[in-house]
Amino acid sequence: MPDSQPPAIELRGVSKIYPGSPPIKALDDVSVQIARGQMVAVVGQSGSGKSTMLNVMGTLDQPTSGSVLIEGTDTSLLTDNQLSAIRGRRIGFVFQRFFLLSGIAVIDNVANGLLYTGAARPRRREAAEAVLERVGLGARRWHKPDELSGGEMQRVAIARALVGEPAFVLADEPTGNLDSASSNSIIELLFSLHDEGRTIVVITHNEAIAAAMPRQLQILDGRLVHDTGTVSR
Amino acid sequence: MNLAPSRLRLSETARVSLGSLAARRLRSALSALGIAIGIASLVAVLGLSDSSKSALLDQIGALGTNLLTIEAGSGFGAGDAALPETSVATVSRVPTVEATSAVYTVDAGVYRNDLVPADLTGGISVYGTDPGLLAALNGEIALGSFLTEATRDHPVAVVGAVAAERLGIRNLDRPVRLYIGDRWVEVAGVLEPFALAANLDRAVLMGDRAAERYYDTELAPATVYVRVDEDHIDATRDVLAATVDPENPEEAEISRPSDLLEARSAAESSFTSLFLGLGAVALLVGGIGVANVMVIGVIERRGEIGLRRAIGATRAHIRRQFFTEALTLATMGGTAGVLLGVAVTYGYSLAQGWRVIIPPIAVIGGIAAAVAIGVIAGLYPAVRASRVSPTEALRSA
Repeated sequence: MPDSQPPAIELRGVSKIYPGSPPIKALDDVSVQIARGQMVAVVGQSGSGKSTMLNVMGTLDQPTSGSVLIEGTDTSLLTDNQLSAIRGRRIGFVFQRFFLLSGIAVIDNVANGLLYTGAARPRRREAAEAVLERVGLGARRWHKPDELSGGEMQRVAIARALVGEPAFVLADEPTGNLDSASSNSIIELLFSLHDEGRTIVVITHNEAIAAAMPRQLQILDGRLVHDTGTVSR
Repeated sequence: MNLAPSRLRLSETARVSLGSLAARRLRSALSALGIAIGIASLVAVLGLSDSSKSALLDQIGALGTNLLTIEAGSGFGAGDAALPETSVATVSRVPTVEATSAVYTVDAGVYRNDLVPADLTGGISVYGTDPGLLAALNGEIALGSFLTEATRDHPVAVVGAVAAERLGIRNLDRPVRLYIGDRWVEVAGVLEPFALAANLDRAVLMGDRAAERYYDTELAPATVYVRVDEDHIDATRDVLAATVDPENPEEAEISRPSDLLEARSAAESSFTSLFLGLGAVALLVGGIGVANVMVIGVIERRGEIGLRRAIGATRAHIRRQFFTEALTLATMGGTAGVLLGVAVTYGYSLAQGWRVIIPPIAVIGGIAAAVAIGVIAGLYPAVRASRVSPTEALRSA
């Protein structure tokens, strides 16, 4: 399993302190590696710092100290525009609240995952169509998001995250807004994506979901207190 | 890792911005409406003022600007001043004078018949004049005919446009008589309004010799009308007073009636400035409306902004998107406004019988003003949108 390839994501001594009085230490000296193809659950109570960790991994936020390496690249050395490029090309995000644009069809919501890569529209739509088939929504591609169920909307969001063939997918409470049936189908979808070799990090406070994942990271008060998969390399 | 930078084609920026506007159709239309009203009022004000001015200038051109009038001034102790009896003769000897005519005040009231009480004159005055008056004033006859050499000596009258209305003269199908002073006078004709001698519209004119014979009128002119060679108007004007009354040149008052029309056009211009000011205020309010909608949009659409940052948009992309939206709103409003303003100008000018003039500056300036407002109104919201931190946007949306 070990090879010369760098891990998909690596945090080295990452701390994140939000200024204020008193300052809030959302992440405290966290070091972790997530190898390619791994599926990892990040668990912890709300306020434990798990969302901050996901934002830092996704370069949406920068650590106060320590460094975040994405496929071996130290993101602290990159400009804001380069970070945008990394997000656009190497990272797929899935959010609890989907963030679909209500005015445009499902296929264009998915194609938007490639919008800022400069790909032409026909090519974006083609890729979107393929990935919609993959998540089982090929038939719904011309519907507007508000014509879909919550579970379907989250599938669209997952398709949008996948359309650019990212190095890894970061999912922040992907089932937080869904009923249990929809939740299960989303988790199944994530597992099947993992089976295809994708790297997936899922934040959840649902212990049953977390327990099903091959590796779990437990965050408490900004510290990584438990890691079931320390031998990841 | 060597990644190509994020990029968004220009056509995609336009598509994204238009899509956002289309998704909020009503709000977009309402905020563009503010701009449209502002621009429409500017275009209409400029168009109407130019159209009406051109109508006025056409009128001035048709009447000629070479008419001068000489009246007895209100000189010191002048009392009921009149010009010397020789005025017409001396003025017509000035080489640059092309035509001369005069009117003489007849001291008599005009009545529809002899049963009307003497004090109900209707504000109509009576003048004696010569048959050359119509030509000198470029006047036109509406009904019947003007005075001729044949009728000059006889109790025959021609009625001004306003006087005819007051006297109830609508046609001359049957002989019409008026009771002037203490005798009946035959009406030979009715005049169209005089543009350059409005006081004659409220008058009844009869032959000068008839006035002298039947009303003991002294043939000292109340007003002398002089048509002057176009190229020597000012020079002629300077010598006329001394020509008319060499002893008291200061008592002859010379004026140029077309100056009045020009003054009217200038007065209309000052109204134009006022309306332009009001239009500019409307435009300003419209611009604030667009800025307002954009700022609200930035706040409401934090989720969208955060998502776009997460899928690879740079700050510049966000800035461009919002800027393009504001610019599009303003340009659409401006275009609609120009069309509306042109339509109003057409409608009103045609209704007034004016030649329609749409000044190019109004069209180009209208669109340019709208674009400028879009730039100003869009800049701040766009910069603000681009500064939203992605995590904050995703959390608070």
